Amino acid sequence: MSESIDLKSLLADSGVGEVLDELDRELVGLVPVKTRIREIASLLVVDKARAALGVEGAKPSLHMCFTGNPGTGKTTVAMRMATILHRLGHVRKGHLVAVTRDDLVGQYIGHTAPKTKEVLKRAMGGVLFIDEAYYLYRPENERDYGQEAIEILMQVMENQREDLVVIFAGYKSRMDMFFQSNPGLGSRVAHHIDFPDYSVAELEDIAERMVVGLGLKLSDAARQALGEYLALRRAQPNFANARSLRNALDRARLRQAHRLLEAGRVDAEMLMTIEAADIRASRVFGATPARDPAEEATC
Amino acid sequence: MRITQGTFSFLPNLTDEQIGKQVEYALQQNWAVSIEYTDDPHPRNVYWEMWGLPMFDLQDAAGVLAELRECRKTHGDCYIKVNAFDSTRGFETMRMSFIAHRPPVEARYRLRREESEGRLVRYTLERA
Repeated sequence: MSESIDLKSLLADSGVGEVLDELDRELVGLVPVKTRIREIASLLVVDKARAALGVEGAKPSLHMCFTGNPGTGKTTVAMRMATILHRLGHVRKGHLVAVTRDDLVGQYIGHTAPKTKEVLKRAMGGVLFIDEAYYLYRPENERDYGQEAIEILMQVMENQREDLVVIFAGYKSRMDMFFQSNPGLGSRVAHHIDFPDYSVAELEDIAERMVVGLGLKLSDAARQALGEYLALRRAQPNFANARSLRNALDRARLRQAHRLLEAGRVDAEMLMTIEAADIRASRVFGATPARDPAEEATC
Repeated sequence: MRITQGTFSFLPNLTDEQIGKQVEYALQQNWAVSIEYTDDPHPRNVYWEMWGLPMFDLQDAAGVLAELRECRKTHGDCYIKVNAFDSTRGFETMRMSFIAHRPPVEARYRLRREESEGRLVRYTLERA
């Protein structure tokens, strides 16, 4: 005779379903990321069921590495990850401590260990998010204190697995190098999740959400202009996906404010609307010599 | 002689789990927890050695327990106490302080009697 457990209801009880749906709803694109997060959530639910039936297994190692170009949502997803892991009972508190090299590595001998340990203590019960983790390791300087921080990290990641989850984040190529030169660390990170770049359509979708978040809206012409802007900007170097988009929108807001002030009298509709001209004034359009003169006339 | 002082002094030694729960409570109250040790637990000795800095911004007791374990390893023959400091205006003081570790052989004190001017008697505790 054997007991049985309804996994679906277990998932529903944990409230993780909501977070996952929210993730699907609020984050555009990122299909491989969402798939992996769902897999991790399933694993934790199954483990929970196992524990409920008395099959005690070791807690899985959930240290992760998020790689991807700038502005692809690594920090945002890490934040959600903390909530998900908390709801599933993998971490006790579910807070996120975001740090970079400066917070971990000291400036003189004997400074690094206490600093790293302090950060680790703060992160216990939650998630430690190390942004641009590859800076921890500086191969050009053999006396660099980063190595010391890495060793302490490894020790805690191994021995206090149930107390915290470490997420490394950074650009793909540099993270690969980082793990290659620190094989011990690489082998302790079970989940490598790659964040793909956004397509223009996805970026437009994101822009729509950002604009609503700012209490504004795009006119139809502005929407079209933004699409063209993104296609051009995407091809340029240093394109930082959603971050570039946010900056572009911020600049459009500046131009809109300036335009409105020039206009003198405004109504609510005008205050809320970003026009095509606000976007087309961008330098990105200036960089392309061939432009449609008819289009220019309309804005 | 079993030396007692601070919070819970009337209780038997706390287990690690119980210490963890007390620390958890302190953190919930936004108190900063610190660890101190000494080989001289005289009640008038208020200057215990600090084991690292007070731990600010903690969310979970695991960090404190890890430090406590470290401290025990290094100073197993000392008394170790866990303090919780409340920085709220008006308190700005320790709100909780309890002994979390005692050495295998406890410190012994004896009462010394001293004759003074005119048949006055002074008493003092001294390390045996």
